[in-house]
Amino acid sequence: MKLALGPLLYYWPRQSVLDFYADIADSPIDSVYLGETVCSRRHELRLEDWLEVGKVLAAAGKEVVMSSQGLVESESDLKTLRRIVRQCADGEPGFRVEANDMGAVRLLGEAGVRGWVAGPTLNIFNPTTLQLMINAGATRWAVAPEISGAALAEVRAALAAPIETEVFAYGRLPLAHSARCFTARHFNLQKDTCEFRCLAINDGITLRTREGEPFLTLNGVQTQSARVHNLLGDLASVQGKAELLRISPQGTHTRDIVELFRATLAGARSPAEALDDCRPMMVEAPCNGFWHGRAGVEQYVAA
Amino acid sequence: MHRIELVCPAGSLPALKTAVDHGADCVYLGFKDATNARNFSGLNFDPAQVREGIAYAHARGRKVLLALNTYPQAANWPSWTAAIDRAAEYGVDAVILADPGLMAYAAKNHPQLRLHLSVQGSATSYEAINFYRERFGIQRAVLPRVLSMAQVEQVIANTPVEIEVFGFGGLCVMVEGRCALSAYATGESPNCNGACSPGKHVRWEDTPRGMETRLNGILIDRFADGERAGYPTLCKGRFEVNDETYYALEEPTSLNTLELLPELARIGIRAIKIEGRQRSPAYVAQVTRVWRAALDRLQAAPDAFQVTPGWMAELNKVSEGQSHTLGAYYRPWK
Repeated sequence: MKLALGPLLYYWPRQSVLDFYADIADSPIDSVYLGETVCSRRHELRLEDWLEVGKVLAAAGKEVVMSSQGLVESESDLKTLRRIVRQCADGEPGFRVEANDMGAVRLLGEAGVRGWVAGPTLNIFNPTTLQLMINAGATRWAVAPEISGAALAEVRAALAAPIETEVFAYGRLPLAHSARCFTARHFNLQKDTCEFRCLAINDGITLRTREGEPFLTLNGVQTQSARVHNLLGDLASVQGKAELLRISPQGTHTRDIVELFRATLAGARSPAEALDDCRPMMVEAPCNGFWHGRAGVEQYVAA
Repeated sequence: MHRIELVCPAGSLPALKTAVDHGADCVYLGFKDATNARNFSGLNFDPAQVREGIAYAHARGRKVLLALNTYPQAANWPSWTAAIDRAAEYGVDAVILADPGLMAYAAKNHPQLRLHLSVQGSATSYEAINFYRERFGIQRAVLPRVLSMAQVEQVIANTPVEIEVFGFGGLCVMVEGRCALSAYATGESPNCNGACSPGKHVRWEDTPRGMETRLNGILIDRFADGERAGYPTLCKGRFEVNDETYYALEEPTSLNTLELLPELARIGIRAIKIEGRQRSPAYVAQVTRVWRAALDRLQAAPDAFQVTPGWMAELNKVSEGQSHTLGAYYRPWK
């Protein structure tokens, strides 16, 4: 089982980002997804900067994947998307691409690129659609978090040939994208003049019910779960259904969590122990409902 | 200038007839199951009703579009392909699809069947829309309610696919097809189950603190005496963020783009969609009548178009929360 670090979903100061990936370079992670996938207004790192980070990680032996933006709205978004495709097609530096909308799939096809990752926002729910993506050049399927372990196993079983499969295993769940920025809204600002207030809010802003229960997380135009989706306790049932586990970066302890997953996969900790070890490092209580085909917010323990 | 088609919702046969009678060019509907994104009990069409609806519309020169816009999974795939087969057999004028696999199935097995890309397909750029056109021959795309007017214009300028936009009705604040909030709270999502914040998970509780609305036990809102308690659609509740309680995501409000009609016509929109298959025939009548009048006025004298106060008053009566917004067309909304 390989470990992948998902794209950084939050907006951290440039130096924090550079320090973060410098630390990741010698961590036991196999693949690192890079790039801004949430909001095109964020600019602490430009695409060129991300490619430079990628070169350092590649030199350290990591597979580097450039993630495309989930919600493409403007011509300038398309321009960035074309550059992400071109760096792959031209081989400079030639990082693999994660396609996160069908526009990316089209541009990858047009450029003759194969071997890309079908990202979690492509809405691949059945084998026919996944097969179409495979025929178009996808060689890895990053499964949408809302798909259960049983459902993804059914998709895989129906394929003519297997595809490497990546499951969202740790982090606040990316649940929705909007044109509206909820962080700006919280500060009574308009998106156009947002003052980049999401900067340095390391794990997003927790939204609670009127009973004080943490429910969602505001991360700019993205809405996440408040709870942390964590499959550490479910690794036995993940084996055989996926070849990669995606860990989503959080403000602190990301490297420790990567190491904990690695140790647990190696058998040094039992899944139940690992989940307990993980609790102090989590920004909120765990959940795993999606994996079990239930409401995502649930922490389900099989009877 | 193209004539803009008015596409109206039909959650039932009476609603369909009402829409046709009040001037809809097209009505859209769904089967009584999870194959469409308004899978609510008591709503939608059985086979006999679909046939009768099509006959009624076609006799009056109108079109019927069938929404099959949820995402089938491996286990239930045959139900969706059977639905496409039935749609073709009944002679609908187009099917509205979101899933690429289903589009491939339809294109292969029913090449004469016209395909529309559903808003649930989340295609927000011409590159994405052209992907569906090249692969499956879609002829129309419904845009998610996230783009500005300039962005919609840019899409239209770069694709031969007809573009349909939402004109009126309940507003999704999230990109359609990319929202798992309901799945997170209830396990059921628009994408897979055809319903957001489904009724079977809703509880209304009269408490000493006020009327509370819950979704799968999660408190969505609480209403003081005299406040109108709205349905707990989870993105339209009041929540606490940094000790401030407010509509953190969106107010209960409806989209209303009536005043943008001349601009939408100028940039080349081919159809305006009215949301609300879950609404009553009375809603359909009221909204269809106003939009028919507005589109006729626009067609007759594009330069002299003005929204009348009467139209707005009629529409506000049936708006969620009795208020309306231009949504993403209005920059400060974002």
